[in-house]
Order: sequence, then structure tokens, then C-alpha cells
Amino acid sequence: MKPAPFEYSAPSSLDEAVETLARHGEAAKVLAGGQSLVPMLNMRLVRPSVLVSLRRLASLDYVAVEDGCTRIGSMTRQRVVEQHPAVRESSPILAEALGLVAHPAIRNLGTIGGSVAHADPAAELPAVLVAMDGTVTLVSTRGRRTLPASEFFCGLMTTAAEPDELIAELGFHRVGRAALASGWAVEEVSRRHGDFALAGVVVALAADSDGCLADARIALFGVEDRPTRRPEAEGALRGTRGEPPAIAEAAALAVRDVDALEDLHASARLRAHLAGVLVKRALERASRKAIRDG
Amino acid sequence: MAEPVRIALRVNGEDRTAVVEPRESLADCLREHLGLTGTHLGCEHGVCGACTVIVNGRTARTCLLLAVEADGSQIITVEGVATGDALHPIQQAFMEEHGLQCGFCTPGFVMTLYQLFRERPEADEAEIREHLGGNLCRCTGYQNIVVAAVKAAARLREARVGQ
Repeated sequence: MKPAPFEYSAPSSLDEAVETLARHGEAAKVLAGGQSLVPMLNMRLVRPSVLVSLRRLASLDYVAVEDGCTRIGSMTRQRVVEQHPAVRESSPILAEALGLVAHPAIRNLGTIGGSVAHADPAAELPAVLVAMDGTVTLVSTRGRRTLPASEFFCGLMTTAAEPDELIAELGFHRVGRAALASGWAVEEVSRRHGDFALAGVVVALAADSDGCLADARIALFGVEDRPTRRPEAEGALRGTRGEPPAIAEAAALAVRDVDALEDLHASARLRAHLAGVLVKRALERASRKAIRDG
Repeated sequence: MAEPVRIALRVNGEDRTAVVEPRESLADCLREHLGLTGTHLGCEHGVCGACTVIVNGRTARTCLLLAVEADGSQIITVEGVATGDALHPIQQAFMEEHGLQCGFCTPGFVMTLYQLFRERPEADEAEIREHLGGNLCRCTGYQNIVVAAVKAAARLREARVGQ
């Protein structure tokens, strides 16, 4: 349970970091908070010859909220984001989701960029990013590019980031216009609190002044090989008042044609079943917030 | 081959240095280089919480933190919580309430609670349970650990009022 030997580099600037990555290509791994990568190193599931640590890059540690978009530097610790007053105000769904990530000691070191780069299909943060039409900004010596979250996650622990790129920033966009009342919920089932979810869902709703849903977002996690939106279910909810039949129909649509993972923790059938139950539960809670309390 | 790196740490109020391989965890550095064997390594992949210490005012799992990444940090380990021969109120309560059986997990529990009570002295049983969710006790003595934690929290609050 000790990592194989590697060279360690802790560049003091972003330029130096991307140059180091470009020099080593696939032999290098980026080390952010280490809460996903170090277990994999310890178990020798990955054996990079070079680790490029981002610990000195204070320029990647920030939270900025403007015009309904919350931009967060990739090296910002999950616990900092979870407790950040501006995040709790502008993106409470993010704070709720982070509260379900492992345990406080893990979130103290774990970064938001690291969770997204690791792309575990059962992780909460990638699902929030997908639900909120979020963006991932990558940098390399070749320049900077921003991808929609839906294009960033490609499959099981696989992303669109090239070996010479690192994540600089995540962008979370508000659901619905500023004037709309919003409701959200993150629901998951895990064997123990803090474990990766067997199935989970992120729901975000926005309602107009008549109490009709103007926008609905549903993203499943821990079900398919990446976090995925459920456009049919979202479409079925728009224009409704989130009444029980509308929610039941959306929950059924959300898991129709779901391509659920199967492993020793849960069968595909169990995952699909749990997902349906969780979507219903999350929609009930979110619509109460958006419509009844809104 | 990776070059060893000299790191400087402030551990329990003392300046210490160590020469470590980049792949060494902070837990191994504390135990093997600094002789602080109170920090226990259980699962070595961040699940059990036994190796929890305080790094720069926050709890961290030292099996998931490379020693080189902790260079320059302020660290408190379980060796740093007592005052001379007087146990810390958390340790005292664990002793009185039978909050440990084999004792392997205890340092992690003590350090998790130490930081929780520094941040949230008013933490109630529910909050204590939530925070201890990341620490495993394979003797499964959770009930008495929670009883001890609640008692320690109350004593720490009383001591604060008394000051």
C-alpha cells in the first residue's frame, strides 16, 4: 500500500505547471488535493513517473460570483466552497451536494477541480456541473479552452482533458432567470453516509410567478458511466406546477432507457430502480421549494 | 529515481525537518522519521480515519497527504493534545466512558473531535455523530465513543465559561 516511486514537481506558476505537463505528457499526473489520486497511487492502480503538484498555485484558489455565474478556481478546497457565504447564497445546490462528498477531513484537502478531473461516475460535483450547464476551463501550453460539462465527461473516469491539460476553473450557471423562484435537491443512496452513491440525482427547478415550472434540470449520477441529464423528463415538467402526476411521469421518463452500470455493489436493475425513486423524491422536495415556498 | 526532498514542519509547536522520498505519506513521515507513532495507519486509502491529524487548522488524512505536500505546514498530532501528564478533556472522557477498546482508531477519533470542538464548541450529539462518520472503529465501540465525545464537549464548554 505504498506508491511506486515518482518524480515530484511543485511549480510556482501556472506557466511552469503547464510546461512541465507538456514536457512529460502521459507519464505525468496532476496532483491537486490528492483525495482521489493518492488512494490510487497507494494501491498502485496508477503509476505515473512524474507528479505535478498544483499546491503552490494560489491563483487557482478563488470563488467569484457575478451575473448568475459562480466561477471557482480548480484548487479551491471542497470544504471552503461548501462553507463559502457567496456560494451558499448563489448556488446553494453546490453547498448541499458538497455536504454529501465523503467526510469533512476529505473535503478539507479535496479540491473541486480534482473531483471533476477524476470523473468518478458516482461523484456528486460532476453531476451538479452537468445539471447547471456548467463549464470546465482547461489550460495547456497550447492555450486555454472552455468546454460545456456535457462534453467534458466522456465515460468511466474519462474526460475530454488531454494529458498536457489541467483544469483551471469551473463555472456554475444559475438555473432560470434571476427573477424566478428556484428549488433544488440532491438525493442519493449509499451503503454508509459518505460512501460513493449507488445511485443519485441532482434536481434544479425554476418557477415563474404563476407557480409554473419554467426550467427543470435532472442529472443522474452513479447510474450510468458518467453524469447524464434526462431531457425527456425535464421537458415533461416544464409548464406544469409540479403536481404529483407530473412528478410521477417525469420520474418514469428519467429512468426509461437508462443504461445503468452493473458491479459488485449493485445490479443495473437496482440502480435504475433507485434512480427512479430518487428522482421522484428530489422533484417533490425541489418543487416544494420552488413553487410552494418560492 | 526520485530525489529525496528536505521538508520543514512545525509539529506540536516544535520545528522539525525530515528528508523524505516524494512518495512517502505524511503518516509515514510522522511515524518513521519523526518518531511520532501515535498517528496510526489503518487502511492507507482514506477510508478508516485512524491517521487523522490537524494540518494548518483543518483535519487531514495523513495517508492521503504526501509529506512533500505538507512542507511548511503546522501540524498537531495526538501527542500534542495533552498538557504534560494531564490528559486533554477528550482523552480523559474516552478513558472514563470506555471510549476505546483496542485503541487503534482512538488517535483519529481524538483528533477529529479536537478540531470539531475548536470550530464548533456548541456541537451537539447529532453534529458529533456526523463528524465521526468518517472514522471507523473495528471494535464497533461507537456508542461509548459518542458518550465520551458529548461529555468532553460539555467539559470544554464549562472550562471556557470558567476562564
